[in-house]
Amino acid sequence: MEQREGRKLKPRWFRGRQVVAGIPILWLAVFFLIPFLIVLKISFSEARLAIPPYAPLFTWLHGLPVPRIHLSGYGYLFTDPLYLRSYLYSVMVAAVSTLFCLVIGYPMAYAIARAGDSWRSFLLMLIVLPFWTSFLLRVYAWIGLLQNDGLIDSLLLHLHLIKHPITLLQTDFSLYVGIVYSYLPFMILPLYANLEKHDTALLEAAADLGARPFTAFLRVTLPQSVPGIAAGSLLVFIPVVGEYVIPTLLGRTDQIMIGRMLSDEFFDNRDWPVASGVAILILLLLVVPIVLLQRVERKDLEVAEATDK
Amino acid sequence: MRSRGVFSRTALVLGLVFLYVPILSMIVYSFNNSRLVTVWDAAHSPTLKWYGVLLSDGEVLDAAWLSLRVAICAATASAVLGTLAGMALARFGAFRGRSLLVGMTTAPIVMPEVISGLSLLLLFVALEQAIGWPRGMGAVTITLAHISFCMAYVTVVIQSRLAGFDESLEEAAQDLGARPAKVFWRITLPLILPGVLAGWLLAFTLSWDDLVISQFVAGPGSSTLPMVIFSKVRLGVSPDVNALATLMVSVVASGVVVATVWMRHRLRRRERDAQLAAAANL
Repeated sequence: MEQREGRKLKPRWFRGRQVVAGIPILWLAVFFLIPFLIVLKISFSEARLAIPPYAPLFTWLHGLPVPRIHLSGYGYLFTDPLYLRSYLYSVMVAAVSTLFCLVIGYPMAYAIARAGDSWRSFLLMLIVLPFWTSFLLRVYAWIGLLQNDGLIDSLLLHLHLIKHPITLLQTDFSLYVGIVYSYLPFMILPLYANLEKHDTALLEAAADLGARPFTAFLRVTLPQSVPGIAAGSLLVFIPVVGEYVIPTLLGRTDQIMIGRMLSDEFFDNRDWPVASGVAILILLLLVVPIVLLQRVERKDLEVAEATDK
Repeated sequence: MRSRGVFSRTALVLGLVFLYVPILSMIVYSFNNSRLVTVWDAAHSPTLKWYGVLLSDGEVLDAAWLSLRVAICAATASAVLGTLAGMALARFGAFRGRSLLVGMTTAPIVMPEVISGLSLLLLFVALEQAIGWPRGMGAVTITLAHISFCMAYVTVVIQSRLAGFDESLEEAAQDLGARPAKVFWRITLPLILPGVLAGWLLAFTLSWDDLVISQFVAGPGSSTLPMVIFSKVRLGVSPDVNALATLMVSVVASGVVVATVWMRHRLRRRERDAQLAAAANL
């Protein structure tokens, strides 16, 4: 009797599970996976003046498909130094911004992790709060601060630190300020999550064994926080490579980043194959960091589960 | 030990100043009478002039109304989809398609927005060619695009919420004969409801805030609020945007204060209940 009930229940449960997991998988397949295949397809098509502005990948001849694969989209990307330069510039901007976020964010995360219990949640709230306000408006705020005769310029003049107004906006400086400002919480939160779990007994042991605080930090805290550093750095690096809003509002006008390049090719030049080619190249660049990030996060989850048990 | 504590604390304070000075500067200058952000017109400030300009700007109001409708629909749909995905990832163990689901829910979070936007637009164009739907770009395509990236965030929130609870309650209900659907409605959902709410709010904020993806999938004539703001600020500082920023910051800040007070209240009530229960046991 009991066995029969079990048999009757099991298939139902199984089907229910398939539905629960199936709906989001189906949704994401249609709205996340298939779109990439379309981008890939169009990147190999030929541009033409039509709606939509690309030629079909296959033409039908006597009932048989004839492939018309064009590499012209990619040809531009590899021969025109403009593309290569903006590709390298984007990687450099992302790498330098990640480094700045790490240098600024690490001590902040460390201070929060070592703060008293009552302070900690308040400080974390202060870090997370900007997330909830508009990203665009926070970037915009820097225009007012950095523009010629803006707040920072006037302050520096007033303090006699500079004699003449200096150009801060639309430089590499303003670009880095905007990126570090926007992505700093993405670095601090995973670092905090890591640092908070550290066992202070290890530091005490190091001190007992005669290690100076700085040595103890270098040899105990820092190695333990590598997963947090990795997660935070990847969370900053990956989206910054394709960043569009910050370079458009704060960045240089003579050197554009790859995300802006994609957008310009698409909207201004209406060259869909080249825009798709740029997207594929960004993805190729980011595939390794994205896989690394997933591995870091999975390991983190496993550690958390292991310590819970 | 002590010296490093001082160093990291100083860094924390400076970092927080860095995070908040731009926001505060927008709030202060929203009350400035002068059109120039650099000049503080002390004679005529503070003034609410820019709030009046903002609230009589039809383009801004239309865009805000569109953004609000899109954000509510997108947040609700992605809360449902994200809860399903989070349930599957946290409770089903190994199943076919699991790694696919993991990949598809983590990748959109870090994916550069220009790529998501481009790929979704190309999907909609291809769909329109193939099946005649959607007819042109607009509120529908913006909402669909927002659901796809918001649900990834909701999934993460739900998954971590579920990971915090062990399955014993659900197993007990099942042992008592409850069907899986009943277990979900009576046990699991009430447990993760705060997570679902947090996920909904996060999705709402992300959708309300999104510029790049909307720009790709919005048709002519359907501009969301960030799109209108972007076209204004590309031409330089405009003081009514400061007023808008101040309004948005005030809403968020009061929401956070209310949520914090409410959570403290709940926590205190739970502690009191626990004390009463302990007293009753004696």
